[in-house]
Amino acid sequence: MQRPSTATSSTATYRPPQVPSVDEVAAKERASRLATRSIKTEAKVEGLKRLIAMLDLTTLEGADTPGKVRSLCQKARQPDPNRDSPSVGAVCVYPPLVSVAREEVAGTDIKVASVASYFPSGQAALDERVEEVERVRDAGADEIDVVMNRNAFLSGEYGRVHREISALAEASGDAHLKVILETGELETYDAVRLASRIAMDAGADFIKTSTGKVKPAATMPVTLVMLEAIRDYHLDTGQKVGMKPAGGIRKAKPALRYLVMVKETLGDAWLTPERFRIGASSLLNDLLLQIEKERTGRYYSKRYLSLG
Amino acid sequence: MAELKAAPDTARELLFGDEWEYAPAPQSADHVRLADRYGPFIDGEFREVDDCFPSINPATEETLAEVGLANEAIVDDAVSAARSAYESHWRDLSGTERAKYIYRIGRMIKEKSRELAVLESMDGGKPIRESRDMDIPLVAAHFFHYAGWADKLDYALPGPGRPQSLGVCGQIIPWNFPLLMAAWKLAPALATGSCVVLKPAETTPLTAMKLAEIMQEAGLPPGVVNIVQGAGSVGEALVEHPDVDKVAFTGSTEVGKHIQKQLAGSKKRLTLELGGKGANIIFEDAPIDQAVKGIVDGIYFNQGHVCCAGSRLLVQESVADEVIEKLRHRIATLRVGDPLDKNTDIGAINSKQQLDKIRRLVDIGEQEGADKFQPECKLPENGFWFPPTFFTNVTQSHRIAQEEIFGPVLSVTTFRTPEEAVERANNTEYGLASGIWSDKGSKLFSISQALKNGVIWGNTYNKFDPASPFGGYKESGFGREGGVHGLLPYLEVPAESWHPQKAPTNGSPSTRPASSTSVEASPEPRADDT
Repeated sequence: MQRPSTATSSTATYRPPQVPSVDEVAAKERASRLATRSIKTEAKVEGLKRLIAMLDLTTLEGADTPGKVRSLCQKARQPDPNRDSPSVGAVCVYPPLVSVAREEVAGTDIKVASVASYFPSGQAALDERVEEVERVRDAGADEIDVVMNRNAFLSGEYGRVHREISALAEASGDAHLKVILETGELETYDAVRLASRIAMDAGADFIKTSTGKVKPAATMPVTLVMLEAIRDYHLDTGQKVGMKPAGGIRKAKPALRYLVMVKETLGDAWLTPERFRIGASSLLNDLLLQIEKERTGRYYSKRYLSLG
Repeated sequence: MAELKAAPDTARELLFGDEWEYAPAPQSADHVRLADRYGPFIDGEFREVDDCFPSINPATEETLAEVGLANEAIVDDAVSAARSAYESHWRDLSGTERAKYIYRIGRMIKEKSRELAVLESMDGGKPIRESRDMDIPLVAAHFFHYAGWADKLDYALPGPGRPQSLGVCGQIIPWNFPLLMAAWKLAPALATGSCVVLKPAETTPLTAMKLAEIMQEAGLPPGVVNIVQGAGSVGEALVEHPDVDKVAFTGSTEVGKHIQKQLAGSKKRLTLELGGKGANIIFEDAPIDQAVKGIVDGIYFNQGHVCCAGSRLLVQESVADEVIEKLRHRIATLRVGDPLDKNTDIGAINSKQQLDKIRRLVDIGEQEGADKFQPECKLPENGFWFPPTFFTNVTQSHRIAQEEIFGPVLSVTTFRTPEEAVERANNTEYGLASGIWSDKGSKLFSISQALKNGVIWGNTYNKFDPASPFGGYKESGFGREGGVHGLLPYLEVPAESWHPQKAPTNGSPSTRPASSTSVEASPEPRADDT
């Protein structure tokens, strides 16, 4: 398989890259093999703590209000009021609530992430999506999660997909750009692999599986295919793009398996919140519960865990 | 776009280090019940014998248990027990009744699967993940599969005459898959109505003794299965015993040839499943990441102690650099060590003798000028270990490209065109197994037609199923195990019932003209059942 030797940044001449094909059966087998890794004792505690710091604590509901976001930010700063625990990597909220979150996490390391470009469908003209990204950037978001235009991708307009993501990347300025592929709508691993490469070519800092609004959202095999795309891009260009599985990861055990996949596919350099995040809303309390279980040897009731 | 990407990292390397290290996750061995000593299992009983030999754990070199060493007299007792069980009742038992025993054995293996898996790893050195997820489930599946055939022999096989059982089978199995090979041998023999004397390998005798206990517990009539232990001389006594009707051997080509010479001119039937030097062929249109997984599954599975291992990697030149780089990254993540650790990928080498052989051949590879690659890995002090290894710059005339190493050692060669790939793949004395990796379905089929191999995998490797026949061409042996094909070596199918004038030109008896099927293949036992 031929690959472009360097990432093409000129949108006018962008030609969709040829990426290796993916054998679905074997990719799933590899993911399920990695899921058999047994993570015990200190490795488990260490993994759980890392996962908290890698968490994008998210609320993306129509019913979100400043009050809800303040409560989420408090949980992000201090996941467990009774014990020391790391704070989460970021809070992720809708654009109108960015300023509230900004204020709440001021003075901490927690990043403010938001979604833009007509999340979750992306069905709007490019200038409207660019404008939204600029607004979110100006409101103070550190990280902007944008959706890839599946309309363009599925109709084969790969050049347009690239051009649009490049425009969104430019509009995002200093903010980190996370490109959501919405893998549940792409369906095949071949498509996921191609979309990953296009997004990285166009300047994505992170690639992300899902909006959380479409099922299936993040799965292990789809994440593995994206991690492999990131690895190939690194070997081609030297750049380290981050990965964010999101949607449907609610428990500590599967979350640890994602961390195993990162460790064994991309290695040590990606085991950091700079390059790996999990987007989730209910995962945090299970992580806390499992850490306590390792500490005390027993589970305690969920009523001791604060809501986000 | 953020600062992370502003300064591209020029070191395009991946570091698989200890940033987040897995803690030891040992499988408990508390539930393994093991006697200090096991005598030969003859006529339903464990006999007391004077001579014993130890079976050691290759990961620690500690003795697990002692096993009674058989001799000619003991082999003779075992064959006599099998003969009398065969003639007194077993051959006359209906298929339905035989099936009940086989099914019960399969059920009990499933019930005791954890104990068997742990013991298999302790005695043989294979990772618990493999004995737990591959070996033992396949063992049970094999018994279940052949339980299903026992009462269908009259329907399943060619010829209107009833297939006949053979009598007493002498079966000799290797140390790489001790219990699985026992299942491959025992299940079809029992299903077809023969009695058995089984000789496991001398380095891995223990799970066979647990299987003997299971057979006792399952109420299998005494003498139907007998197990004698020891090295080559015991096997030789079994092969040469005049009252053995069939010999089935899995092991090295060298010993297989010897057995074939021993049996020349005798009436004994023989099947051989011998060595291999499997070619894993990666075309440029392959799904590369999955192919790399297939390379690892092909050669590093079970420490490379696999007769069908993909020990020769043939990779198209246009993707060779990419494949080798990815393979290098991939084997850096393989975990070598305690076989009972649930995260171990490569366990202990089965014996000192085998470790010496691997080392010798690897030295020869280096002397002959091939480039060796091994990842850094810490090996335990005691026990027998060898890190995952591959050689590049290997040509067909290197010894490491020709000889079976039977260890975690891969030789990588390149090819330019499909025709050259086929030529190179077939350029070996062996013909057991191959793998083909391509996204083009038509290529998978055309290449597989051209390969002289008993088993060919397309876009996968080392997949086994009891319904699928397994066996070799050329010096990899003859006869098939598994599926309906695996019944034939254990049956005499009356020849006079064929219709040679109507038979297809390839002479295959399995495609008998349809017109005669329904009436003559009647399952009803016939009075003159010849």
